[in-house]
Amino acid sequence: MSRTPLDTVEHATATPDVELPWAELGLKKDEYERVVEILGRRPTGAELAMYSVMWSEHCSYKSSKVHLRQFGEKAPQSDALLVGIGENAGVVDVGHGYAVTFKVESHNHPSYVEPYQGAATGVGGIVRDIIAMGARPVAVVDPLRFGAADHPDTKRVLPGVVAGIGGYGNCLGLPNIGGEVVFDSCYQGNPLVNAGAIGVMRHEDIHLAKASGAGNKVILYGARTGGDGIGGASILASETFDDAKPSKRPAVQVGDPFQEKLLIECTLEAFKEKLVVGIQDLGAAGLSCATSELASNGSGGMRVTLDDVPLRDSTLSPEEILMSESQERMCAVVEPDKVDRFLEICEKWDVIATVIGEVTDGDRLEIYWHGGKIVDVDPRTVAHDGPVYERPYARPSWQDELQADDANKLPRPETSEELKDQVLKLVASPNQASKAWITSQYDHFVQGNTVLAQPEDSGMIRVDEETGLGVAIATDGNGRYAKLDPYAGAQLALAEAYRNVATTGAKPLAVSDCLNFGSPEDPAVMWQFAEAVRGLADACQQLGTPVTGGNVSLYNQTGEVAIHPTPVVAVLGVIDDVARRTPVAFQEEGQLLYLLGDTHEEFGGSAWSQVIHDHLGGLPPQVDLERERLLAEILISASRDGMIDSAHDLSDGGLIQAVVESALLGGKGARLVVPDGLDAFTFLLSESAGRAVVAVPRSEEVRFNDMCGARGLPVTRIGVVDGDSVEVQGEFALSLDELRTAHEGTIPALLA
Amino acid sequence: MARVVVDVMLKPEILDPQGQAVQRALPRLGFEGVSDVRQGKRFELEVDGPVDDAALARIHELAESFLANTVIEDFTVKVEEEKAEAGK
Repeated sequence: MSRTPLDTVEHATATPDVELPWAELGLKKDEYERVVEILGRRPTGAELAMYSVMWSEHCSYKSSKVHLRQFGEKAPQSDALLVGIGENAGVVDVGHGYAVTFKVESHNHPSYVEPYQGAATGVGGIVRDIIAMGARPVAVVDPLRFGAADHPDTKRVLPGVVAGIGGYGNCLGLPNIGGEVVFDSCYQGNPLVNAGAIGVMRHEDIHLAKASGAGNKVILYGARTGGDGIGGASILASETFDDAKPSKRPAVQVGDPFQEKLLIECTLEAFKEKLVVGIQDLGAAGLSCATSELASNGSGGMRVTLDDVPLRDSTLSPEEILMSESQERMCAVVEPDKVDRFLEICEKWDVIATVIGEVTDGDRLEIYWHGGKIVDVDPRTVAHDGPVYERPYARPSWQDELQADDANKLPRPETSEELKDQVLKLVASPNQASKAWITSQYDHFVQGNTVLAQPEDSGMIRVDEETGLGVAIATDGNGRYAKLDPYAGAQLALAEAYRNVATTGAKPLAVSDCLNFGSPEDPAVMWQFAEAVRGLADACQQLGTPVTGGNVSLYNQTGEVAIHPTPVVAVLGVIDDVARRTPVAFQEEGQLLYLLGDTHEEFGGSAWSQVIHDHLGGLPPQVDLERERLLAEILISASRDGMIDSAHDLSDGGLIQAVVESALLGGKGARLVVPDGLDAFTFLLSESAGRAVVAVPRSEEVRFNDMCGARGLPVTRIGVVDGDSVEVQGEFALSLDELRTAHEGTIPALLA
Repeated sequence: MARVVVDVMLKPEILDPQGQAVQRALPRLGFEGVSDVRQGKRFELEVDGPVDDAALARIHELAESFLANTVIEDFTVKVEEEKAEAGK
């Protein structure tokens, strides 16, 4: 049997003319030439594997970087921010010595290929980011977007995704407290499966991904390394270097939540004993990423012996080991005299741990295989100095036409009867209908600290049992708004998440974002991306909530057709005492309903225009960030001082959607009066931003009105909590039974 | 009546947490010498009528679309011999 010799650095230097499959690995010609230039020779197969995967769009952010810089440049001064962009996740101070880390990421493509495992490993990956910061994960959230609700492929993808999220999260014992489910045919073939997680720690427990201190050991621990997710590297392995190998490795990774649970406990115990100098989880790009990032963020270099990596499949080539995306693995840097104790803890938790290398006092990342040096690079060139593209972008030619197609001119209901029918149709439409069938498959209350979960405006977790300190998180994004105006759409996503957090009584502190877009090679998509980032950065600056991290998912498109630009924004807030939270559900009959904010005729991108007219055009609702800030302040004060008993933010579906949800959740109806100066249709269905509806006990009416008046927030009394129907005086009444059947029957009928 | 057996196994490269759990339990129970365990599923289908090529093609189709998740699993279809004479 003839084997080609191991492609060592020496061999590469001696054989400069060997052709490498750089194109198959996704590198462009000029990128490959750049690698050759950096190294001063052709790369070895292992080096090529590392560069190709670390310079991919997913890992290098090469198309998005030039725009994402704004999140740093425009970052508002915030005392709460302890760790900002660039680490595994951002960290925010929430008081009493507690810090909270949170982040949202995408796992879109894997979830389309294999819905269960794709979604499950998405949860696993984001949870490891949280552990890597030194925090104990306490909750997860999942913003999801699928194709049309009645499309056959949605019936394949959605149940798998939901079961995967539930299966992994429930096994880990993490409550799922929020997220969204949106249907739109633009996501057909490109479902968006975003996953977020929150972790809690003490300030002094923050850990960073860096390898410092020559002589310190690099320990790989967790699952064995197998051939997961290395479709690309197998080309390198099978066609160029060793033809005897199986040529096709699966791109699908399978998760093992029980292994992840052990990883959490084992890592936290090692943190507690202060055994860890630096730490990094293994996600996309596996060991390539972990070693190059740890080494480049630290003070020295790193030497790794790849033979020591525990394998699940002994036939793996070194290139494949470097690129493998096997789940449930972490990499820690540990001082030599603490290694024994670290390994002891791993053994106690039944976690395989192996010293695979050490930190050196040089500045190179060197990797050995069978005694030969197969990688010798400056780790910065792999991890940080990837290509940066200033991709051309241009406002698409159809944008003007889209905006001119004004939704406000669509035919409106002419009679009360017609209005009633449309309202009923709206609350039963897949996007507005109750998602309980989906969210009830997740465990909301495990760990016993969940204060609010779906369908509340934001999820809320108690952090400190003694004081009642808690955090709230909301995720929002409206692709329809963003399609009409990406700048405003991104701001509206932030405004809604910010408002949702405040509606439950928490003060918004910081932002994480997951930016889902089509191909950056399309100037129109790139323009959408640039506008959305600019809008989000500007709005974060104005609202004083810095972006702490997140993720960009590009190439979400089928052929030439991209998804709606979909920036998903997560806002994290803090509440001093979770007992003061404000729920969505109506609490008591007789309480007065107030509408906070101004209502304009705004139907562009609205749920009404979609459900009734299948229309998308015009302009999204206006953004007024100062109003959002004022509204939030009022909602937080009112919650703290016990002036309101329930509150619900107004967003898609408008006022009637919010009132119906509060009524159904509370089992109490409402009588509404159309305020002077508004017609019933606009009052009920407009989607003007910066609004909320609150229920005020009669005893608090004067105090509440005085507060709003003193601060200049428009407030309108619109009715009272009463009876067992939602009645709009002079227009129609819908019984709660009828509404419940419509609102809660849709999703089970489509998917169960 | 004939019996057709469909065996479904995770593809060799795919992680098998269940198999690993079994493998880890074996030495604890005193069974040494087993270095790897992979766990699969076996379906026994009782088929009406003759198991001809058409019937097998149909079973292949149902196995591919329903019994196995071919993104991560492989399957084999085999006809089990009549047992009547083999008894005793």
